[in-house]
Amino acid sequence: MLADKDRIFRNLYGRHDWGFKGARARGAWDGTKAILQKGREALVSEMKASGQRGRGGAGFPTGLKWSFMPKQADDRPHYLVVNADESEPGTCKDREIMRHDPHLLIEGCLIAGAAMDARTCYIYIRGEFIRERERLEAAIAQAYEARLVGKNNIHGYDFDIVVHHGAGAYICGEETALLESLEGKKGMPRLKPPFPANMGLYGCPTTVNNVETIAQVPDIMRRGAAWFAGIGRPNNTGTKLFCISGHVERPCNVEEAMGIPLRELIEKHAGGVCGGWSNLLAVIPGGSSMPLVPAGADQADTLLMDFDGCRDKKSALGTAAVIVMDKSADIVKAMARISYFYKHETCGQCTPCREGMGWMWRVLTRMAEGRAHKREIDMLWEVTTQIEGHTICAFGDGAAWPVQGLIRHFRPEIERRIDEYTANPDAGGVLDPAATEAAE
Amino acid sequence: MSVRRLAEKQPSAFAFTAENLAWAKAQIAKYPLGRQRSAVIPLLWRAQQQCGGWLPQKAIEAVADMLGMAKIRALEVATFYTMFNLEPVGRFHVQLCGTTPCMLRGSEELKKALRRLIGKENRVSADGAFLWTEVECLGACVNAPMVQINADYYEDLTPETLTRIINDLSAGRTPKPGPQIDRCNSAPIGGESTLLDPSLYLGERRHPGEPLTDAEGKKSGEAANVHEAPMPRPPIANAPDPTRN
Repeated sequence: MLADKDRIFRNLYGRHDWGFKGARARGAWDGTKAILQKGREALVSEMKASGQRGRGGAGFPTGLKWSFMPKQADDRPHYLVVNADESEPGTCKDREIMRHDPHLLIEGCLIAGAAMDARTCYIYIRGEFIRERERLEAAIAQAYEARLVGKNNIHGYDFDIVVHHGAGAYICGEETALLESLEGKKGMPRLKPPFPANMGLYGCPTTVNNVETIAQVPDIMRRGAAWFAGIGRPNNTGTKLFCISGHVERPCNVEEAMGIPLRELIEKHAGGVCGGWSNLLAVIPGGSSMPLVPAGADQADTLLMDFDGCRDKKSALGTAAVIVMDKSADIVKAMARISYFYKHETCGQCTPCREGMGWMWRVLTRMAEGRAHKREIDMLWEVTTQIEGHTICAFGDGAAWPVQGLIRHFRPEIERRIDEYTANPDAGGVLDPAATEAAE
Repeated sequence: MSVRRLAEKQPSAFAFTAENLAWAKAQIAKYPLGRQRSAVIPLLWRAQQQCGGWLPQKAIEAVADMLGMAKIRALEVATFYTMFNLEPVGRFHVQLCGTTPCMLRGSEELKKALRRLIGKENRVSADGAFLWTEVECLGACVNAPMVQINADYYEDLTPETLTRIINDLSAGRTPKPGPQIDRCNSAPIGGESTLLDPSLYLGERRHPGEPLTDAEGKKSGEAANVHEAPMPRPPIANAPDPTRN
C-alpha cells in the first residue's frame, strides 16, 4: 500500500482547510518560483521523466503532449485549458480536488502554463458543479490576492486563470468539443488534424489537460520525477485517484499507487465487495466507457489497476472509476442503462453514433427482458463494430466498448433470458412497443 | 440527444437586472477582444437564474444581442445544453441521477419516492414548488444515490432521507447538503483507510487557534433554498494592484 507521505492529495476528504493557508501548510506554493525558473525545456523533460500519463482517460503521456506546443513564437498566444468537465459515469475525483485542494490545481496551472509558454489558462468546469466552481473561484481569488498568479506576480511569470463553466453536456469532456463550447458554440467535436497544439482555442496553440493531471504537477516538480516514476510499474507510474462505487461495503475515493491489484484496492479501502469477493459478478475498471471485466481467476482476480494491466484484460483504465457489480446486479439492465446514457449524451454530429446509440439502447432494453432473438446478439455486436472507429471523436468507441464487453463475457446470460422469455412469451411479443420508443 | 423545444407560454420581455448586467459585462471582459461569444453559457445561466430557473425565448435573444451573435446561434446553445431548462421548473428543481452507479445503489427506489412525493416526472407540482427530472451522471458516484436540488448535492440517500429533505424544503426549512449518513464527503463510511499519518498536517498545527476553514468557504455549506451567493469577483478585472506592496 502507498505510504501516506507519498500521497499528493492530502486533503482529499476535506477534513482540513482548503484555502491558501491550509494548502500552504500542507506544502503547496513552496518554491514555485524556483520551479518556474528552471525554464520551459527543463519542465517538459522533467514531466517526460516522471512518466506521468494523462489522468483523464486516454492515458497520453503528459510531457510528450506539452512538447507538441510550438517552440517558435508567432503572434498567436498559447493557451492552457484544464478539462474539469468530469462527467464519465463512476468518476468523481476532480470534484474532490476542486473543492478540497484547489490550490494544487492552481499551482499546477501556473507551472504547466510556464512549460508551454501560455499566459492564460481556462478551467472548464462542468455546469452542475456549482459549489465546486464557487470554491475554485474563491481559491483563485486568494491566489490573486496573494499575488501568486496574475500580472506582476511574485513568481515573475504573468499568468491569468479564468474559470469557465459548461451546462450539462457530457461530450464537452472531449477536448475539441470542450474548445468549441468554450468558444460559445454547441459542444460538437472537431475533426483532427489540425490538433489543438496547432489550432486549438480561438485558432491558437492549446493544450488540454485533465484536472488530476495538472494538480499532480507541483508535487512531481517539488519531489522530483524520480520519486513519481518510482511508484507503480514502468510505463504506468505514479499515484492515481480511484473512485470505487457500486456494490462495495464502503464506496470511496482513494489515492493509491498505479498497478495496485483490484482485489487489494477494493478490500483495503472500500470494505470489500458486498457479500464477499466470491459474490463479485463483474467490474468496470475505468468508467462507463470501458468494457467490463467479469469475476474469475484469470479476470478480475488478477486485474492490476493501471493502463497495461487493464489492457491485458481487454479493458482500459480510463478514469480509474471502478464500478463494482455483485451477483445481485442485473448486468444486462446495468449495461442498457449505460447505453441510455450514451443515447442521451450523443451530440448527434456523426450518423453512426446518433442513430447507433438509440438502436443499441433499444435492443439492450429488450434483451434485459429476454424480449429478443438470439441472432440479434450477433447483430448488436456487428453494429458496435460499425460505430467504433467510424465517428469523429472517441464517444462512439466509448459507447460501443461496454456493449462489446457485455457480449464477450455475458452472452450465455443474454441467451438464457431469451430462452426464458421464449418459453413463456407474453402478449407484448418480442418487439414490445414500450421498448421501441423512437430515438429522440 | 433529446428533443428540446421552447415553452409554449413565453413572457413578453426580458432584461437583466442592473446587478446582473454589471456581472455579465465583467464576464464578457474575461475573454479576449472579439471573443465575447465565449460568455454565452455563463450569461444564459445567469439569465436562467434571474427568471426563476428556466430560460424564456426573450432571454436567449437578449443574450444573443448582448454578445453580437445571431439569435439562432444562441438558440442552438440553449437547446443543446441540457442544464438550460426551456420550461418552468418550480422553485426546487430536483435532479435525480439515474445512471448505472446510482442505479446499482438504489436510485430506482428514489424515483418511486419522488413520484409519490412530487408526482410525474417533468411536471411542476401542484403548489408550484417542485419538479423532478431524471438526469445523467452528476459526478458524485461514490456517494450514490444522490440528487441535486437547485445548486446543492444531497448524497447517500435512501427513500426515507429523501422524503425528509423534500418535506423540509416544502416546510421552509433548510436541510443540510452533502452526505445524509455519517460520513465525511467521499471518505469511506466508518472512517478513512488512508491519510492517517498526523505528520502530514504538522504544518497546520503551527498556527494554533486559527479556524480550519476560511470564512468564505461557508457558501458550499448552505442549503438548497438559500439563494446562491453573488459570484466571487472575476479575477482579471479585479487583480490586486501590483504597486500596493
